[in-house]
Amino acid sequence: MSCCAGDIAEEIGAQDYREVSRREEYLHAGHALKSGDTKYVFSIANVHCGACINIIEKQLDKQTGVKSARVNLTLKQLEMIIDQKADILQIVNQLDKMGYPPTPVDLGDLSEFKQEQQSAKLIRALAVAGFAAANIMLLSVSVWSGADGETRKLFELVSALIAIPAIAYSGQVFFRSAFSALRFGHLNMDVPISLAIILSLFMSLYETFYGSGEAYFDAGVMLLFFLLIGRYLDQKMREKARNSVFALSKIAAKGANRILPDGHMSYIPIDQVKPGMVMRIFPGDRTPVDGIMISGQTDLDRSLVNGESDTHAPKIGEEIEAGVLNLTGAIDIKASKPADQSFLSEVSKMLEAAENSRMTYVSLADRMAKIYAPVVHIFALVAFLIWFFIVGESWHLSLNIAISVLIITCPCALGLAVPVTNVIAANQLFKHGILMRDGTALERAAEVIRIAFDKTGTLTFGTPKLADSDVEALDDQTKAYLKALTSRSSHPASKAIANALKEITPADMSDIREIAGFGVEGFINGKPIRLGRAAWVAEIASNSETPQEDKISFAVEGQTLLQFNLQETLRTGARHTRQYLKEHNIAVEILSGDGEGAVVKIAEHLGIKTWLAGLKPADKHKHLHALENDGTPTMMVGDGLNDAPSLAAAHVSMAPASACEVGRQAADFIFTNDSLNAVPFTVSTAQMAKRIIKQNFGIAIAYNMIAIPLAFLGFITPLIAAIAMSASSIIVVLNSLRLSWHDMRTIETKVEP
Amino acid sequence: MNLILLLLPVALLLGFLGLCAFFWSLKSGQYDDPDGAAQRILTDDDCL
Repeated sequence: MSCCAGDIAEEIGAQDYREVSRREEYLHAGHALKSGDTKYVFSIANVHCGACINIIEKQLDKQTGVKSARVNLTLKQLEMIIDQKADILQIVNQLDKMGYPPTPVDLGDLSEFKQEQQSAKLIRALAVAGFAAANIMLLSVSVWSGADGETRKLFELVSALIAIPAIAYSGQVFFRSAFSALRFGHLNMDVPISLAIILSLFMSLYETFYGSGEAYFDAGVMLLFFLLIGRYLDQKMREKARNSVFALSKIAAKGANRILPDGHMSYIPIDQVKPGMVMRIFPGDRTPVDGIMISGQTDLDRSLVNGESDTHAPKIGEEIEAGVLNLTGAIDIKASKPADQSFLSEVSKMLEAAENSRMTYVSLADRMAKIYAPVVHIFALVAFLIWFFIVGESWHLSLNIAISVLIITCPCALGLAVPVTNVIAANQLFKHGILMRDGTALERAAEVIRIAFDKTGTLTFGTPKLADSDVEALDDQTKAYLKALTSRSSHPASKAIANALKEITPADMSDIREIAGFGVEGFINGKPIRLGRAAWVAEIASNSETPQEDKISFAVEGQTLLQFNLQETLRTGARHTRQYLKEHNIAVEILSGDGEGAVVKIAEHLGIKTWLAGLKPADKHKHLHALENDGTPTMMVGDGLNDAPSLAAAHVSMAPASACEVGRQAADFIFTNDSLNAVPFTVSTAQMAKRIIKQNFGIAIAYNMIAIPLAFLGFITPLIAAIAMSASSIIVVLNSLRLSWHDMRTIETKVEP
Repeated sequence: MNLILLLLPVALLLGFLGLCAFFWSLKSGQYDDPDGAAQRILTDDDCL
């Protein structure tokens, strides 16, 4: 295709180039296999039943070149292998059409692969420990119920044979971590765990061969088993959090269409863009770098960049930031800065700084462990010293008592208390379309006493709506004209009008064309009809007075000019969210980059008294930083690029899935449903999880208060140790399971709007 | 006593077989998508 410089590509050409760049982006997302095929993993948010799986797989199998396609309902992912004959763009479009828009998952990351191995290792260790624990327990039961003499010796010997390899294999997780902690002079929870396991093993071996005392094989292995369950859940949780990040790392502008001096166009990666290069931005694309507009005419949607809800028509010579969405016409811009100095990357630098300065949050479990580990050691040591020196018992009885103190205090229940609750809470959130990106986010969310909302795209939907009163006032013919003019355009105003007129059949209109920066024009019997900017429409209208600039205008040649209001629509659940937060004493404020008028309207509508308008990204960031320093744990909910630094600076943050990539990367939670109810639901789930964790700690401490003195006095036999450990762990797990009853309905029914 | 000498290895062997079966099922991906597996059993491929 030839493309002369200066003449902006016609619509068809533009479409073609856009396809090229989109295809290029998807090709980058694929993972080349050795066989020459390509593997793709897509995250598809709205797969939710067997029928969806069936439809997707059946449809994809029909496509040429698709070798295999398999949907994973648990992860809501599609794994697909295609050969060279397949056209990835066509497949993606097909999925889009079916109502399952796919977002590619980055497979290039090696660390994810390593994580996968880590959890596979843990599950194997868990299985071995479980097997050993069950078998040793059976043998121990016969010992407790009276087997003695030779039989008992035999059983203990068999137990030892099972326990030694099992501990050597499954215990590594703890031994390694304990060893590396000791090497750096720290004490972590794994040190007493490792000590208890190893000491109990050696002590039991000694008893088996030389002594006549009790063997603790079952206690040691069971301890290992329970703790591995906690460890595994913890790992799974972290993995899930990471997966959700990858699933959402949507293709941003990774490249740009460069116009070469000879007029040809080539697609180059974004890091090769240098100042002075000319880029063509097609409708529907985002600007890759900061640049100066040199030709063309269009409307820009800057809502993700600065929160402005109205579109903006740029003039030649105007500076355009990176990340702005081009709506109507193709434009050429001359790059003014390289990609790493663009507005976008400045925001991400601010973001990085905010993330670094964010208080390094120490989770409750870690804080507990810090106190717990030394206490356990001291108790065990004291027990040994007292029995050996003061009571004057033999060294091996003293050591036995010290070991039973170690085993009994070892944090089975503690080790399960946090991970089990977190996993159940995260699952509960996942079921309601909320993805958690950070393990400590839940704890932080429970502390929130203030929530700051961004306006455009967060409290409201990014897309405007036509006022109902305006629609009712129209006659049928005008409606048909409007429908015809707007049905093909991608401008938000056109979409809003087309949406309001869904039932209308469009008028038979010829030569409909979109004039970038002005509006849409069509002809009926040679008579022009225009919809768009006031001054432009007024040229053909009969009115003499100047129409209002900020409204959408419409006129048939020679007739009176009509004007429409575009309103922002509140996100579903916004009012309900406000009500719920009010009842639960959580303060609410709006931080918006939009003009004061637009912000006041929404604030009044929702009854929010605190708001700030016209904020730059740095202002929002500063505001949240100040709140954090004041000791007001604040949650930030936002979607834009301009919110990203404040999302990172806030105590905890949420973003809708419609947010820009940077915003999603910076947020702790991402909600994929439209409803804003996700915000109160997350907060209430977090609060409930925190309550349950605290109760679990309470249970574990109560258990220790009873068990430690008994162990100290030497009353703990392996039988009692086994019962006490299992019982406390089961109680903790059952208590955590209560969280699974907590769902969206508990939020919705609590508040009557 | 003799019976125990026979039963013990048998019991352990059975347990060990169970462990192997678990590892096999893990490796063959049966735990990759529990939700999906539950739904797939309901779709009747033969009739389509």
